Amino acid sequence: MEHAISANLVFDVAHLFAGSLVLISFLMLYQDRLYALLNVFALQAVVLSLSVAWQAYAQDAPHLYVTAVIALAFKALIIPVALHRMVARLGIHRQVETVVSIGPTMLAGIALVALSMVVMLKATSGDADALAREDLAFALSVVLLGLLMMVTRRNAVSQVVGFMSLENGLILAATGAKGMPLVVEISVAFSVLIAFIVIGIFLFRIRERFDTVDVDALDRFRGGRP
Amino acid sequence: MSLVSGLLSGLLSDPAPVILAIPAVTALLLALVPSYRVSAALNVTACGLTFLCALALLAAPRIAGPFLIVDDLNIVFVVLNTFVAFTTSVFSASYIAHELETGRLTPLHLRFYHAMYQVLLAAMTLALLSNNLGVMWVAIEVATLTTVLMVGLYRTEAAIEAAWKYFMLGSVGIALALFGTILVYMVAQPVVGEGPDGMIWSVLMKRARDFDPGLLNVAFVFLLLGYGTKVGLAPLHAWLPDAHSEGPTPISAVLSGLLLNVALFAVLRFKLLMASHPGTLAPGPLLMAMGLASLLLAGFMLYRRRDIKRLFAYSSIEHMGLIAFAFGIGGPLANFAGLLHMTMHSLTKSAIFFAVGHVCQVKGTQKLADIRGLTTSHPALGWFLVVAVAAIAGLPPAGVFMSEFLLVTSAFARMPLLALLLVAGLLIAFGALMLKLSDIAFGAPSPGTAKVKASYVPLGVHLALVLVAGLYLPPPLVAWFRHVAALLG
Repeated sequence: MEHAISANLVFDVAHLFAGSLVLISFLMLYQDRLYALLNVFALQAVVLSLSVAWQAYAQDAPHLYVTAVIALAFKALIIPVALHRMVARLGIHRQVETVVSIGPTMLAGIALVALSMVVMLKATSGDADALAREDLAFALSVVLLGLLMMVTRRNAVSQVVGFMSLENGLILAATGAKGMPLVVEISVAFSVLIAFIVIGIFLFRIRERFDTVDVDALDRFRGGRP
Repeated sequence: MSLVSGLLSGLLSDPAPVILAIPAVTALLLALVPSYRVSAALNVTACGLTFLCALALLAAPRIAGPFLIVDDLNIVFVVLNTFVAFTTSVFSASYIAHELETGRLTPLHLRFYHAMYQVLLAAMTLALLSNNLGVMWVAIEVATLTTVLMVGLYRTEAAIEAAWKYFMLGSVGIALALFGTILVYMVAQPVVGEGPDGMIWSVLMKRARDFDPGLLNVAFVFLLLGYGTKVGLAPLHAWLPDAHSEGPTPISAVLSGLLLNVALFAVLRFKLLMASHPGTLAPGPLLMAMGLASLLLAGFMLYRRRDIKRLFAYSSIEHMGLIAFAFGIGGPLANFAGLLHMTMHSLTKSAIFFAVGHVCQVKGTQKLADIRGLTTSHPALGWFLVVAVAAIAGLPPAGVFMSEFLLVTSAFARMPLLALLLVAGLLIAFGALMLKLSDIAFGAPSPGTAKVKASYVPLGVHLALVLVAGLYLPPPLVAWFRHVAALLG
């Protein structure tokens, strides 16, 4: 009996965290100020680390705590703070230019979440356990919403945030898969690290050249045109 | 003496770790060497040694350990990759000296460049030899990151834009591929059990029949989109022309000739997994659709190019489309054509980029409008380029003609309607290349008569191989390709 209750609890808490991640992705979609966007991203990273820690506890997989700590320290603290400072120094904190306005973006987001539910629940109707399937559906939603954000934003900083939120979805999926080999978790955390270094270099270089991180400004330099 | 023979026999029985270790160690060394002459020589030596060890793979036993796997499929890729990496390093040595003279690069840039070249080589080889899907993914990610850094090496506005675009699209592709990899693990987990086994390629292949087909389908779609971005298949090709045109030319050669193949190899691996399960979606039509779309799109785009490196980048999209189409049709003949075409394209396209690199240096521009009459102003270089472009356009007797001919015949036999589209695409691309070539090579020469300080050896070797392959394929090679084609199903 006790076992049944704890299994239920595992299920519910994991769902709570995964669902919150999707909601926070929606929150990010309509933030039109960079500071607010960074704060919401940090919130998502906190929830992600809680979710990973819960999985570590539930699956009795202590190595997942490492992933949780990395998510907390790196994505919830270091990166948002660093980007904050960068944004302040560039003086671009006032507004985020969105290519598509907020209404259609939200509708597209809802459609994407519906799509990922349909695809995942249908594809995994077989013997996979319910927690894993629904976790996967949530994870795919976060991934797609991150992609949507990258597509609808023109500003380099918010594109980077979109990419990192996409990676949050990947970590959610990886930790939801029971017994996923350690090598992958390390690689994910590691790749985030490398990705950030590279992005940092790029932002630095872009600023050096243009005094702005608006990617639109780069469009003039298409090699193919005269 | 016994030590030497011991090492030698160790190398022959299991060369795979050595192939990975050489570039990794050399990368560290190159990061420390300040003189660019020494590092260029070291780069060439290391690439040569890697190629020799890769040849030893041919005689080595086929083993699948927990980390590395040597099977007939990846040996083809490893040998081709290390060979082109070797010749490109020779070309790079002469190219890079000129860049230093003109002041486009500083010695510090070169140190970075050489170290990155070896890191890239190590990552690509690891992706090919790894038996673990996760490690393969990490290796492709590292290869992407190093090429991003190299594309942005010149730090001009255009180079930074190209690197940024490549980085963003490449990362999205790689993220999707990781999602697909996670899904594959989730498919395997109920059958193989929890833990590392669920990621081991050779284990997955043995147990594939028991997998849940629905989720495997979804996984394949993600993997195809993810790694397909890296192959440069339409509609995910947007990064490719920019990345090719703005980086140093040796990197364009490596991107076209090697990295696209590595991504293609990843797609093929998962296609094999799908093919060994009867209940799944057939991967062929997806590959064929993307391949045809790439071929037709690139064919039309070729006409409007104004930059010589972008022109050949679009030609790479066209050829990757052809290869994807061939593997999509499947069956022994089409797979054979696909393998042969992949080899021929790697050799020819990197030869073209060698020539184009020197052309851009003597003319001081990449604009097609300013490059004219090359056969008059620089006869040797001009004629090499003419031969190489004629080969890539598919004129006989080059090897590309052979593989395209095989592909077209097998397409007509299997699906005549699609074959019409295929032929149309081939002709469109052929016309575009001939049109551009006549401007580049013939007519009144444009200004820019600087002497070529080039080594024609890599260029000549590649073209000779392509021409010989068009006339005569050695029977052991044919047997080998046949065997691999049969494996690909």
